Amino acid sequence: MGFLDIDNVTKSYGTVEVLHRVDISVGEGEFLVLVGPSGCGKSTLLNMIAGLEDITSGTISINGRVVNEVHPSRRNIAMVFQSYALYPNMTVGQNMTFGLEMHGVPKAERERALKDVAQLLQIGHLLDRKPGQLSGGQRQRVAMGRALVRDPDVFLFDEPLSNLDAKLRVDMRTEIKKLHHRLGRTTVYVTHDQIEALTLSTRIAVMNKGHVQQLGTPREIYDRPANTFVASFMGNPSMNLMPARIVVRDGAPHAQVTLDGASQKLLRLGQPALAAQDGREVILGLRPEAITDEGGADSSAQLVEQVDHVVSVVEPAGADTFAAFTVGGRDVVARLRANSQPRVGAQFPFRLNMDKAVVFDPRTEARIGD
Amino acid sequence: MSVATQTTAVRTGRIGRALIVTVLIFFALFYLLPLGVMLINSLKPLPEITGGNMMALPREPTLDPWRSAWSTAQIGVQATGLKPYFLNSILMVVPAVAISTMLGALNGYVLTKWRFPGHRWVFGLLLFSCFIPFQIVLIPMARLLGLMGLAGSLPGLILVHVVYGIGFSTLYFRNYYAAFPTELVRAAMIDGAGFFRIFWRIMLPVSGPIAVVCIIWQFTNIWNDFLFGVSFAGLDAMPMTVALNNLVQSSTGVREYNVHFAAAILAALPTLLVYIVAGRYFVRGLMAGSVKG
Repeated sequence: MGFLDIDNVTKSYGTVEVLHRVDISVGEGEFLVLVGPSGCGKSTLLNMIAGLEDITSGTISINGRVVNEVHPSRRNIAMVFQSYALYPNMTVGQNMTFGLEMHGVPKAERERALKDVAQLLQIGHLLDRKPGQLSGGQRQRVAMGRALVRDPDVFLFDEPLSNLDAKLRVDMRTEIKKLHHRLGRTTVYVTHDQIEALTLSTRIAVMNKGHVQQLGTPREIYDRPANTFVASFMGNPSMNLMPARIVVRDGAPHAQVTLDGASQKLLRLGQPALAAQDGREVILGLRPEAITDEGGADSSAQLVEQVDHVVSVVEPAGADTFAAFTVGGRDVVARLRANSQPRVGAQFPFRLNMDKAVVFDPRTEARIGD
Repeated sequence: MSVATQTTAVRTGRIGRALIVTVLIFFALFYLLPLGVMLINSLKPLPEITGGNMMALPREPTLDPWRSAWSTAQIGVQATGLKPYFLNSILMVVPAVAISTMLGALNGYVLTKWRFPGHRWVFGLLLFSCFIPFQIVLIPMARLLGLMGLAGSLPGLILVHVVYGIGFSTLYFRNYYAAFPTELVRAAMIDGAGFFRIFWRIMLPVSGPIAVVCIIWQFTNIWNDFLFGVSFAGLDAMPMTVALNNLVQSSTGVREYNVHFAAAILAALPTLLVYIVAGRYFVRGLMAGSVKG
């Protein structure tokens, strides 16, 4: 039992099931991010935790109490909406204390809570203004302030940063992370941005088409994706997926890939269990940063393979240079150091860190071998 | 030439401009002519009207017709003028407008933010009520008022106007609230506000513009209504419009046209006033800043 338990929860609209048997459990103080493409059901799940949508079957419990039939205002939650949802007719101060007022908290106590939160978020000078007089970033702060004042068991965020411009988004992301560190409150955060998911969370649930594809720490999700969907959704540029065949040489499993020009190359795999799968068709997954130039290779890596290959595209990106080559008919992106100088059409010695390689079943798309 | 006309209007020559202005003035005068005739003649003694030109300006201006129309003209049995009927109209129109606007706001709120199965049907039927001609419901309504013991009374008349007004006021508020962000209602729910609290504290404070539209519409319609007034008011609750008719149509004595004109203007004055006063509150942008902008 965790602090927030989502147990076998489904959601149907009429006969259409949009969430299928979702099981998520997080401990107190965790930062859970629900991430997935639009229409994956992440916002629906958040609304069910908030009590704004009915739960078709299964249970959601907060702090050991099943809340299925509990009114949103009595679940001891606070929510930050995508549109901020500030009451336009009230001042910032009134906006932030409205919830306390509705819960019958005495005025003196409300004022004290308001003062504390306003100081924490540095919005003390805005308290007498109307939401219409605030900038986007200020509204965002006020919306968070309104949630903080309630001092809830669980914070719910529904894509809170998606209306901000790129620079402000990064700043607010850091701010949210700091706040979570400071307050240590259990948080559920919905986003479609995988970077936000990786940076903020202590736990990520990757969702697609109403299913939780994988629940894990950011490191697990990134390094050991449960299937090809998670592998390609998380990370930018996304993980390279190459068709390969398991070949056992000297008792050790290798992935045999077809390089451009039809030559075969054997790449040593770190998963011993795959030795039993000789001849099996698989998908080999390798993140761009696991494919580098000679000097950029991870010195602690156990299994490093060299592939000499013709470069098809070069994209300098400031801190890194991305280079692409073709394996088995698919583009494979390598992340090279900025000062390495691959030339389009010329051979380049790529270093593949096979410690990081993952293998998927091409039919079920699930990770295999470990 | 001002900057504004240069940038927003089509450029015209001096002659073209003069032509346009002349035509506009002509139509404005044409439109104001009836009111002008009424005003002019309401200020004349009766012989000046019966013996002379309707269009001529008064030679001996007098306010007597206005005094007479307001307080001494013979309407019905007593010579009371329009005063008591004016009061009747006020007593009818204020509660009728207030109640139908409130109910419309409540309906609009429920139909957009607390949807229930079949809400489309309910809204459709309410809309349908906007298009039912008054005459059709006269007899069933009379029967109903009789059964409720409200026949020929002020509350009965108010009820009729409220029932008829709900269709339009619901239409106005529903369409206004449809554009109102539902996330605000959800936020208020999480904050712990209930059905009526959300309505009072969140929805109504931003409903100013549509409330003004609704009030102007309802006020004008109910104040100007004649058919319901003449059918359901009886003698005690007779509104201004019916009294005006009785005054003008009375078949005894001399027809005092100057008094009739003054009475007609008096009867039309409140709606005019509502436009002038409430029109100023057609403020836009009250919603600014609630959501992303």
